Amino acid sequence: MFSNASNFVNGVDSAFLIITGISVFFLVALTAAMIYFVVKYNRKKGKPAVQIKDNSLLEITWIVIPMLLVLYMFYIGWEGFLPMREVPKDAIEITAVGSMWKYEFIYPGNKSSDTLMVPLNKAVKVNLASKDVLHGFSVPGFRIKEDMVPQKNNYSWFTAGELGDFDVYCTVYCGVSHSYMNSIIRVVTPADYDKWLKALPVKKADNSLGLKVLEKNGCIACHTLDGTKSVGPTFKGLHGATIDVTTAGANRKLTVDDAYLESSITDPNKDIVTGYPPGVMKSYKGIIKDKDIKLINEYLKTLK
Amino acid sequence: MSNSTEKIEYVSYLDYQGKYKGFLSWIMATDHKRIGLLYMYSIMTFFFIGAFFGLLMKIEMLSPGETIMKPQTYNGVFTLHGILMIFMVVIPGLSAVFGNFFLPILIGAKDVAFPKLNRFSWWIFIVGSIMAVASQLLKDGPPDTGWTFYAPYSSQTGTNVIMATAAAFVLGFSSILTGLNFIVTIHQMRAPGMRFFNMPLFPWALYATAWIQLLATPIIGITLLMLIAERMFQIGFFDPALGGDPLLFQHLFWIYSHPAVYVMMLPAMGVITEIIPTFCQRQIYGYKAVAISSLAIAGVGFLVWGHHMYTSGMSDQARWFFSLLTFIVAVPSAIKVFNWITTMYNGSIDVKPPFLYALAFIFLFIIGGTTGLLLGSVATNVQVHDTSFVVAHFHYIIFGGMGFAFFAAIHYWLPKMYGRMYNFKIANIALVINFIGFNLLYFPQFIIGVEGMPRRYFDYPAQFQPMQVISSIGGFILVAGLILMVFNLVKGAKSGPVAPSNPWNGSTLEWTLPATPSLENFDEEPVIKENPYDYK
Repeated sequence: MFSNASNFVNGVDSAFLIITGISVFFLVALTAAMIYFVVKYNRKKGKPAVQIKDNSLLEITWIVIPMLLVLYMFYIGWEGFLPMREVPKDAIEITAVGSMWKYEFIYPGNKSSDTLMVPLNKAVKVNLASKDVLHGFSVPGFRIKEDMVPQKNNYSWFTAGELGDFDVYCTVYCGVSHSYMNSIIRVVTPADYDKWLKALPVKKADNSLGLKVLEKNGCIACHTLDGTKSVGPTFKGLHGATIDVTTAGANRKLTVDDAYLESSITDPNKDIVTGYPPGVMKSYKGIIKDKDIKLINEYLKTLK
Repeated sequence: MSNSTEKIEYVSYLDYQGKYKGFLSWIMATDHKRIGLLYMYSIMTFFFIGAFFGLLMKIEMLSPGETIMKPQTYNGVFTLHGILMIFMVVIPGLSAVFGNFFLPILIGAKDVAFPKLNRFSWWIFIVGSIMAVASQLLKDGPPDTGWTFYAPYSSQTGTNVIMATAAAFVLGFSSILTGLNFIVTIHQMRAPGMRFFNMPLFPWALYATAWIQLLATPIIGITLLMLIAERMFQIGFFDPALGGDPLLFQHLFWIYSHPAVYVMMLPAMGVITEIIPTFCQRQIYGYKAVAISSLAIAGVGFLVWGHHMYTSGMSDQARWFFSLLTFIVAVPSAIKVFNWITTMYNGSIDVKPPFLYALAFIFLFIIGGTTGLLLGSVATNVQVHDTSFVVAHFHYIIFGGMGFAFFAAIHYWLPKMYGRMYNFKIANIALVINFIGFNLLYFPQFIIGVEGMPRRYFDYPAQFQPMQVISSIGGFILVAGLILMVFNLVKGAKSGPVAPSNPWNGSTLEWTLPATPSLENFDEEPVIKENPYDYK
């Protein structure tokens, strides 16, 4: 009756159907009663109103029946949910890292991918992490969703039962490109999965201290390292370049040096690079220490 | 001339000449009725600004990708829409407008307990509103956090979050003071002989509401101050990078903001409880059950906030506990619906605009309430949480419920507020347009929500477009209906036919007064009856 995309579809969709069924029944019955009364007891028919005494039995009935119904709905909802918290011991563990505005999936052996490739019919546990603000890990096709909270060990798990691609959306608002933070779960046969995982390269570690500072403060969410235009100007080739800026309403050219980079961090709205709106970045004065600003400058010099 | 029972000459509160003239006679007024109207004018103004921003969002959603604005603008627009509609429209809403105007009258009092505090509350409301508008215009750009201000994004973004949260903080005081005023009024100002169970049910609803305002609002106040302190002084309350906990923010935020939903809804239910008996010429069925269910909703409503956080990473115990309590809070609401409908049984039903709005309210409220069951159940919540399903559910409750109850109330009480009547035919046409537009606007969002369309998305996958387009069309129809409705009401209030003092053959105290009440409502002490629905 239900899809077999994941092992949770059945539990969630049964609860959904039962609750919706009860709801539609009450909506139709109560609306019909209203319409019937409005027609039957319409003043145009000229019958005077008859006052009715309160009837305790009737009132107790319509307290007890809804109470039993809601307790039942609570129960099926809980029953459908509980398996989502009980991860099998043999599940493959993958860590999903959310950052403004992308997902990174880290496989055992420090291999990294931007798509979540999983084998068919095998339990997969996804440890959820975030580098900056709250993000969501929502897979509507699998009926799973859990928030990615910095420094908190949330998780989700599933067993995929159908081959194919399933959308992953960020569901917790995370800034300007929130709606562009999405990915795909690709369910493949175990053989294809093994082949793919083997070919996946190990993540190269860049241990530059300046990069650590940039990552810790969320800078590269808006300033890319590879030259692509994002919310703010890219860092690639920035140091030493000549750029157009607007300072106090006047256009001018300047050459990017240590002093300019420091003022861009502590007073970002002073010189606005042409083509970017003012007011998007907050001041990091006092948040990024002077010695860390020096590390950033050293690192940017290497990004040619 | 020494006659102590000298009859005071009747002067309508609208014509009364006090110390101040013209504009000042309004903003300096301590008369609860004038303050009620002041709230109504300001709330309606903010409502139409908020609706305009809602319409901008619907235009943007007509097609995937950029339609009329950039992502940063869109994020500012939905944040502003939320802040305006929540803090400046629906939280004061019915209780500040109709509560102010009718609470004292319904309990036989001359005014609220603290008239000057009441005036001060409106002033604070205006100061807070100006701050909220200012947060949009200052140089760092409109806040882009959504009305929920979730940390740590709200403590990191460069926009005017401090001004916006300070505005919500100030607006909170207006709500606290109004709540305090109403509680004291109900305890101290009832006419001699009127006990709690001789009060009509609208005051009962306001009483339950006032306790929530008084007890819950300080929590959001302190939370927003903590957020401001985190931004200004880097004190780590909520931002993990500073050693804080973002879930703490969510808990504190919803400890207020869930009960706040009942601040919006309880007075709406109270209004419906007054309107239905009047147009059915029936006593309300189950007076005590309705009165006590208001208190029950207010009480249990304090304990269900965690259902906003099932996917946040809370403990599993918290998840089932909050789910259980959430389902239990549905029962008193269901009892009210059964009582309203039973009241129609064997009545003599006069289908006038206020009653039609009440019927629309019940229908939309059942949809809003039952979709709330899908959100309260943990398994289905996981599927629809943070999608447009939540947006649809919330608007069915707050706009379909509270909003339509507000419209019902204004059509019900307009003749008592202005002494004039509006055109019934135009009112009915506007109602039908509003009802159709409303359902077209929000129902499709249930469907795409179930399919996974996340909320607060500037851009969306193409498969959601057909429903988005239907929703946008609904938005235009709804706004057209609202404009027609307001046009008809304004025209009626200004130049409609003079209304009799009891146009609906109502049986509560306000209908015993002249078409527009005098400054002190009761120039003669009212004689209180055992039955609150027996003043004819």
